[in-house]
This record gives sequence, structure tokens and C-alpha cells, in this order.
Amino acid sequence: MYELSRHLHYQVLHLHGEVDLNNSPKLREQVLDILEQGQSLLVDFAALTYIDSSGVATLVEGLNVSKGKSLQFGIVGAGGSPLQVLQLTRLDQVFPLFAALDEIKE
Amino acid sequence: MSAVEAGGEGAGAPSQAIIQVTDLVTHYGDRQILKSVDFSVNRGEIMVVMGGSGSGKSTLLRHLLALEKATSGRIVVDGVDIGSASRKQLTELRKGIGVAFQGGALLSSMSVADNVKLPLRQHTRLNEDTIDIMARLKLELMNLSGCEDLMPAELSGGMLKRTGLARAVVMDPKLLFFDEPSAGLDPVTSVELDDLILKLREAVNITMVVVTHELESAFKIADRITVLFDGEIAKVGTPEEIRACDDERVQNMINRRPRKDPVDANKYLNRLTAGAR
Repeated sequence: MYELSRHLHYQVLHLHGEVDLNNSPKLREQVLDILEQGQSLLVDFAALTYIDSSGVATLVEGLNVSKGKSLQFGIVGAGGSPLQVLQLTRLDQVFPLFAALDEIKE
Repeated sequence: MSAVEAGGEGAGAPSQAIIQVTDLVTHYGDRQILKSVDFSVNRGEIMVVMGGSGSGKSTLLRHLLALEKATSGRIVVDGVDIGSASRKQLTELRKGIGVAFQGGALLSSMSVADNVKLPLRQHTRLNEDTIDIMARLKLELMNLSGCEDLMPAELSGGMLKRTGLARAVVMDPKLLFFDEPSAGLDPVTSVELDDLILKLREAVNITMVVVTHELESAFKIADRITVLFDGEIAKVGTPEEIRACDDERVQNMINRRPRKDPVDANKYLNRLTAGAR
């Protein structure tokens, strides 16, 4: 469901395939773990085909935790159905969205 | 303009049926309700089922939800044959189906938020923080933000419907059944609910079966309409095909003309005097 990499001072969580009720608890664990370590996080949607409400809720929680810890949190490469879900819930106006990783500078 | 005409994403008739009903016959006691009904719904489409009182539309809905046993015929929903499915298969199937009942069917002892969270608490092992955010997301979507702590008795008719819809979609079902969305709503709230139904389909490509007798709403949201009349399918088609249909029963419904069935004098007299000595 995901792989980790680094970009500048960010941890990058590359999501692929589908995030749903079955695997979002694992995603939540990983997101909160990264933020607990005091690292800023980018969630890469480029290879994500579907995200359900539990996945979106996990990212909302992550964004909220990151704000409390003065960390940065953003979504990269959102398109298709996952972007439509963010737009439907107006979360495209809440999450910092980036087209691609190379758009993000220090 | 319907989504079919517009050619919008998720609209039209994807070839794969998510619901396939074949030769469905049902009875209540001796009375036949559905008479050899064939019915199908394609993935991603909004199918509106219309018909007058007693036409069998609510009965059809109950059978699609496997709430009643048919006399004969076959119902396949998302690959599951309802008639021969095990209890476990039906439970799994129902997890992927949302149902918004006519009156909202909320539990009066629970707040709005707790009503919406109920399916998540019953059917998932998600963390309570995740459940809380999911419920709030759906309430935002239904313009019910700030109503989380209200009790059902404190809600208007439109708010009850929207809360029921929030609960029906909180698990992101692939299939949503909606019973009489517009019934009892003022015209403005009714239009808002129609827009919400269209928005939901556009964003998450949810398949919907909407039972209604509200013509304006049906023609606005439907990709296809099924018209039931006395337990039989009178016509299935796009809104344009339904408007153009020359079946008198369909035209009577569209033009709100009362039915003019010929009277069988003997049967009528027998019905009226059935209780007389």
C-alpha cells in the first residue's frame, strides 16, 4: 500500500493502489509514527487509484497532529478519483497540495 | 439534462450490471405484488424506480435488500445470488450497501453524530478518532456541520433525511438505496437533496437506486427510470425515453392523470359487500 522515501527534510509516503477500511489503520499507524518522530510528511498520491473516507480521515488527523507539532504536512500528485474526493469534501482547500515533489523546495 | 446526455464521468450505462433481477414474482399472502419483474442496474448509474402507491416499488426495494423471500425468480446483487447466499455472504454484501430510509430511521436515543457513527462502530475496527472524523466529514457534506450533538427530535424533516443519508454513506458503499428522498420536503430542500445525490455520484461513482414518486426529482437525477405499474414493469428508459413513451400508464403517471381502469362490476360489488351477511 505504501513505500517510504526522503525528499529534502520530508519523509515521503508513496501510496499506491487503494486505501480503504482494510488498510487505513496501518496507514494511520505509519503517519502518526512519522509525526511522533518530529518529521514533516508528504503523502504522494501519484500512484493512488482510490482512497475512501477512512483514508481521508487518517490524513486529516495527520494534518491536525502536524499543526500541533509545528511540522509540515502536504499531499503531492493528487489526481483522478482521489482528488475528486478531496474536492467533494472541500479538503483541497485545507491540505497543502503540490503537483510534484520537485515543486517543493526547502 | 441528464448525466447520460452530458456524457459525464460515471454516467451512462457501464456494461456491467451490479443488480440483476430475473423473473421476480412475490406475494403477500394470496396477493401477487410483483409479476415476473426483470430489472437491472449498471455500475455507477442512478436508477430511479417510479410508480404509484401499491405499484410494488417498495416491495422491489425490500427484495433487493434481501429483507424478504421471493416466491420465485432470481436476484443477484454485486455477484451475490440473494436467494442462495449464506447469512455470512449477505452480511458481507450489506456492508457494501447503504440504505437511506424514508423517514431517516434514526435512533431517537442517540445524537446525530452517534447515529452516523453507528455502522462504523458495528462493522469496522477503526480507531474512534478516525470514526469521529469520518462522521464529521459526512455531516459537512450534508451541510449538517454543528448539528453533531443534536438529537433526532430536534431536527427538521430535511435535516433528518440528510442525517439518514450521511449514515447511509458513512462506510463509502458502492451501492446506495434511497427510499423517497423528496417525500415531505419543501421544494428548496428537495432540490438541494437532488444536487447532493448528483454530487455524490460524480465524486465517488456510487451506484444508486432511488425509489420515488416525485417526477421533477426523478427526471433531474436519473440516468434511467423504471416505471412500475401494478407489479409489472411498464417501461425502462432514460428520462427522455420515458417522456416520449406512448404507454398510457406511463403517460398518466407523468401527466398526473388519475387511472381509469374499467370496473369489473361483479368483483367490485363483491369487494364492497365482502363483510356483509
